[in-house]
Amino acid sequence: MSVELSERPAPPAPREITTQPRRSDQIFRIVVTIGGMASLVILGLIALFLSIKGLHILTEEKLGFITGSAWEVITDDTGSIAESKFGIGAMLVGTFLSAMIAILVGVPISVLSALYLTFYANGKVKKFLISVIDLMAAFPSLLFGFWGFFVFMSSAEYWAKLINKYLGFIPFFDVPTPIFERSPFIAGLVLAIMIIPIVTSISREIFDQTPLDRIQAAYALGATRLAMIKAVVIPFGRGGIIGGAMLGLGRAMGETVAVYTVLNVVYQINWQILFGAGGNVASLILLKFGEAGPAEVDALMAAGLVLFILTLLVNAVADLLINRFGGKGR
Amino acid sequence: MTDNKGFQDNDKEEKMTTSHATPASLSSVASARTMSQPGTTLLGTGLETRGVHAWFGKKHVLSDISLDFAAGTVTALIGPSGCGKSTFIRTLNRMHEFIPTAAMAGEVLLDGKDVYAPGTDVTKIRLRVGMVFQKPNPFPSMTIGQNVLSGLKLAQIKKSNTDELLESCLTRAGLWNEVKDRLGEHGGALSGGQQQRLCIARSLAVEPQVLLMDEPCSALDPGSTFRIEETIAELAKSMTIVIVTHNMQQAARVSDYTAFFLSDGGPGEMIEAAPTSKIFSSPQDKRTEDYVTGRFG
Ligand SMILES: Nc1ncnc2c1ncn2[C@@H]1O[C@H](COP(=O)(O)OP(=O)(O)OP(=O)(O)O)[C@@H](O)[C@H]1O
Ligand SMILES: [Mg+2]
Repeated sequence: MSVELSERPAPPAPREITTQPRRSDQIFRIVVTIGGMASLVILGLIALFLSIKGLHILTEEKLGFITGSAWEVITDDTGSIAESKFGIGAMLVGTFLSAMIAILVGVPISVLSALYLTFYANGKVKKFLISVIDLMAAFPSLLFGFWGFFVFMSSAEYWAKLINKYLGFIPFFDVPTPIFERSPFIAGLVLAIMIIPIVTSISREIFDQTPLDRIQAAYALGATRLAMIKAVVIPFGRGGIIGGAMLGLGRAMGETVAVYTVLNVVYQINWQILFGAGGNVASLILLKFGEAGPAEVDALMAAGLVLFILTLLVNAVADLLINRFGGKGR
Repeated sequence: MTDNKGFQDNDKEEKMTTSHATPASLSSVASARTMSQPGTTLLGTGLETRGVHAWFGKKHVLSDISLDFAAGTVTALIGPSGCGKSTFIRTLNRMHEFIPTAAMAGEVLLDGKDVYAPGTDVTKIRLRVGMVFQKPNPFPSMTIGQNVLSGLKLAQIKKSNTDELLESCLTRAGLWNEVKDRLGEHGGALSGGQQQRLCIARSLAVEPQVLLMDEPCSALDPGSTFRIEETIAELAKSMTIVIVTHNMQQAARVSDYTAFFLSDGGPGEMIEAAPTSKIFSSPQDKRTEDYVTGRFG
């Protein structure tokens, strides 16, 4: 036996498998490749530009750029810079707080409304609501800011005071002085409203794709609609919800005008969400850009670079989360 | 039996003959069932339909179906594609109404009570009338064990000894030996035939009185089909089974009664319902004979 085995001829090397694509296919391939690469190139160019302008600020300020929170430019009589200090720590904290509040408030509302639209709303109500939500997505953010400032703020302030009164013993909800206007809390709520459309429509799309046979299997076992949603729709849609939430987070972190209108820019790190002090990186750039001298513009570019990297990080984390938790229910 | 009345009052001699009509290779299955004398012991449940019609939008697809499913019997529904078998079986546990335009008329009586009566909790009906689908559809996010017990969770039923229930359901579905060491694996990791038996086990866990099966073997190989037929014979001892099948041999092997549906372009109608042996040996209607002998359909 063993002799026979050793004498068996070695299998041939695997063949190379090729095909000769048609000319039209080759051309189309080039076209789509250009399209596909364009966004990558543009993204790369933006990163490059921000780096060229801002990197020297980062190397000068070192870690202080992220941890410090002073933003000062002192010019001497001739107008040239005598002393400068750039730190965006306070803005990063403000970005983080307002975006987190936006996610914590906005995502549950979005998921609930997506569930309502997919499994409860019928016919006309559904169509109407979907077009309203789509319209909301197309709304200029300045209008959200105005609305937040002129209409929403007073009632949000009232809630903030209530929270502070009853939950003030928790450090987050404490305030050093009773200033409740233009706080991260209010900015977060406005951002929550702004991210609802995108998170809702992404969740709705994924819920819509829930395999009918699984839904029917659940119902056939005597499931209520709620039980069916918990057992079938949520496991299936989890990855999509996370993805939508991350897109929402990206929008909330990068939002400029709306945050600028409803959040005080204060150069001091503030973790107390009800207190009217904060600012986010994007609104700092908006605030300073108009009157900034060349050195300060570079510092603002550096801030932009940090925001850019932060956004990339968030997306990477989102991918990780989706791979980790999203796949099981598919 | 050309009228649309039910067939509850048949004598047992005719049921005995069912086993004689089965192919030799499967006679063990049939005789196992026949020994238990399905239909002779009333288990206290019965499903009846009275003048059931069904529509999809304006399209009338099912006309005036009156049938009885006595407790502990297996009834096969046969007929050409599109004659409304699936539609009919789905009216029995109120799955029909999930299709947005679907409508129905008539009555479906479970233990004498109309399941469409106003104020009925439809989830309770579906607990008592289980369903196995054509395509195996285990929940992929759950393990094999969780799949079997998913009905308890979905219907919020509290059970203390779930391990025992798990084993008995899988045993009755003929799957226990194959999966007992891998209960923690995901349901999707099984073969198609195993998945279908998992789905059967899943519907058994909530202890239905009636089990509806819509072409449960149409996606399966002969081996899996054989095992599921064994399972059906086993289950028929304790519950009422309604099975849709395109396989005449299968209908002959597993069922006590057979109902033949047909649509002549209009809504589907029930042409004939009788003990299975009679349908296959001496059908009353020419069209039934043509169908079961393979002359059309
Ligand atoms: N969702 C639906 N909307 C509209 N018409 C439908 C729908 N489902 C089924 N029908 C129609 O109802 C009729 C009966 O369909 P049904 O699925 O009950 O047939 P069937 O006997 O189960 O056929 P098959 O043996 O192919 O499964 C067919 O004419 C079909 O076209
Ligand atoms: Mg069918």
